[in-house]
Amino acid sequence: MKETGVKMITRHGRAATLALLLAAGGLSACAPTQQLPRQVSDPYANAGGVAIYQGNLPGGSLGGSASAEYFRTVVGDTVLFTADQTTLSAEARTRLAAQAQWLINNTAFNARVEGHADEKGTREYNLALGARRASAVQEYLVAQGVEAGRIRTNTFGKERPLEVCSTEVCFAQNRRAQTIVEPAAGAAPPVPDATTPGAGV
Amino acid sequence: MIRIASIAALLTSVAALPLVAQEAAPDAGLSVDVAPQIGPAAEDEGGPLRIEITDGVVEPLAIAIAPFHGDGLAAEVQSVVEADLTGTGLFRSIDDDAFLETRDRFDAPVGYEKWKAINAQALVTGDVSATETEVTVRFRLFDIFSGQALGDGMQFVTARDDWRRAAHKMADQIYARLTGEAPYFDSRVAFIQETGPKDARLKRLGIMDYDGANIAWLTGDEALVLAPRFAPDGKSILYTSFESGFPQIRVMDVESVTSRPLTEASDTMAFSPRYSPDGKWIVYSQDKAGNSDIWQMEPATGTARPLIASPAIETSPDYSPDGTQIVFESDRSGSPQLYVAPADGSGEPVRISFGEGRYGTPAWSPNGDRIAFTRQEGESFHIGVMRADGSEETMLTESFLDEGPTWAPNGRVVMFTRVTPGGDGEPRLHSVDITGRNMRPLDLDFAASDPAWGPLLP
Repeated sequence: MKETGVKMITRHGRAATLALLLAAGGLSACAPTQQLPRQVSDPYANAGGVAIYQGNLPGGSLGGSASAEYFRTVVGDTVLFTADQTTLSAEARTRLAAQAQWLINNTAFNARVEGHADEKGTREYNLALGARRASAVQEYLVAQGVEAGRIRTNTFGKERPLEVCSTEVCFAQNRRAQTIVEPAAGAAPPVPDATTPGAGV
Repeated sequence: MIRIASIAALLTSVAALPLVAQEAAPDAGLSVDVAPQIGPAAEDEGGPLRIEITDGVVEPLAIAIAPFHGDGLAAEVQSVVEADLTGTGLFRSIDDDAFLETRDRFDAPVGYEKWKAINAQALVTGDVSATETEVTVRFRLFDIFSGQALGDGMQFVTARDDWRRAAHKMADQIYARLTGEAPYFDSRVAFIQETGPKDARLKRLGIMDYDGANIAWLTGDEALVLAPRFAPDGKSILYTSFESGFPQIRVMDVESVTSRPLTEASDTMAFSPRYSPDGKWIVYSQDKAGNSDIWQMEPATGTARPLIASPAIETSPDYSPDGTQIVFESDRSGSPQLYVAPADGSGEPVRISFGEGRYGTPAWSPNGDRIAFTRQEGESFHIGVMRADGSEETMLTESFLDEGPTWAPNGRVVMFTRVTPGGDGEPRLHSVDITGRNMRPLDLDFAASDPAWGPLLP
């Protein structure tokens, strides 16, 4: 029952809180209650009295899945590559399948795939390598059913490392392709609360 | 601010000397070759004083630079000349304290015995006179052991603001006479300045004298800019810019500091641009759907066509100086290697690199005799040189990360980027001569990468 009470507060927010305050006021003031007709049933009698804090919601707001933030943090926007390679690992393919599903579900967004390389290569070769990695991701997303026209590739070569150390630990994080989703031109960004109530809780 | 003022050069008449064949300077300003060989030298071989760069000289030639006469900028001009010459590693400047002859004027006769006594092989004398708007410099060069002047004295006039160029011109003449090589000091280098943390680097395109002086900025740091290349005439610079958000090629007019895009298609990316020797064409790398090929474009019209295409990555092209061939990098064999192909796209590319590791950024020397490159082997990077057929491969450097050689106008020195490892690692410009000697950082107080050496200035 406590759980039910908390849910009511979170779902209906201010209205429920106000009702609680009114109810509390009614119980504490002795004289006026005698003049009012006795309630047949108190809907909050079994609510446990106070709300129990159970942590913040993801993203600090009532965000839906139809957001770039959700794509980045929940779906996962980055896949990694081994040195000099542009082939997709099983782990990368799993993540890209989830990216593809998200893109199919959220047609108001387009994607930009940015390919990166570690610093152990020449600047110009790494630009080409980053482009090839971005295209490998694009091809996989298209194979999963995303319209090709919704995805554009880019390359930064070794210009934008994620990690700055000069060991394999960092290099491995820098050999990557990152998918960035943005509202498609002309499409109004969806309002998370309105379109997907409760999602993300 | 980066306008090139013309430098007038005059051959002074030198009374004490036989007036030997005055090699008339071509129309395009001063482009003096080697001084005429005059008179018998006192050296064993009987030839004129000459230092051979390609011999891998170990002991620098001792030269005396007598205090320059004149007012104002005399000391400054002298110090630039001295830095140019000693900076090659080929010459050692004898300390003033050792001098036995005090010269009271520029035209004073030379007491060869006094210079011979301190083992000076050559003597440089100079004179500088400056007005508010102009600087005039004069010099003479003497071969001490043959007891004669080495070529005619010369005089240069330049705008006062360009006094360093007059000094470089003087040093170029001395270098050319003593080495028999073409000069390179009066030249400029385009480069990329790097600021900010490694994962959010800001870059901007700059230009400077070859020695790091007279820096001017050609772009801001709002957009990433990479890998500039001079036009053969030095008047424009190709570079890769992320101004559109994606890598595309732009061309910068140096004098007006205005740029325009050469590529901007929304479904392709383009980078690694280089001019043809006649300046009418560019070759570059263009990526479409993850496949980078070599393209050729006529910048004047925008007409472009694929030149060398395969399912592999092709990038970093460069023309041979006669314009008939292109060297480029491809990973068609499974790892990046160097290939040479006809510049018109006909014929199969021929692989020229076969050592361990990966090869990239080939740069054809201005003389046509060598190709410099980056080689990555194991944990190290090298700058190396090889003949155009891949023979005589020699590594000039080794470090955590060296890349992107660019040739001095005379093909005797290469400049490149050396990057230090780690989270605070940053790039610095270095130069080395083609025998692997005289490795030195350029004297800049900021991080810089991607040097591109321009032509010798007129």
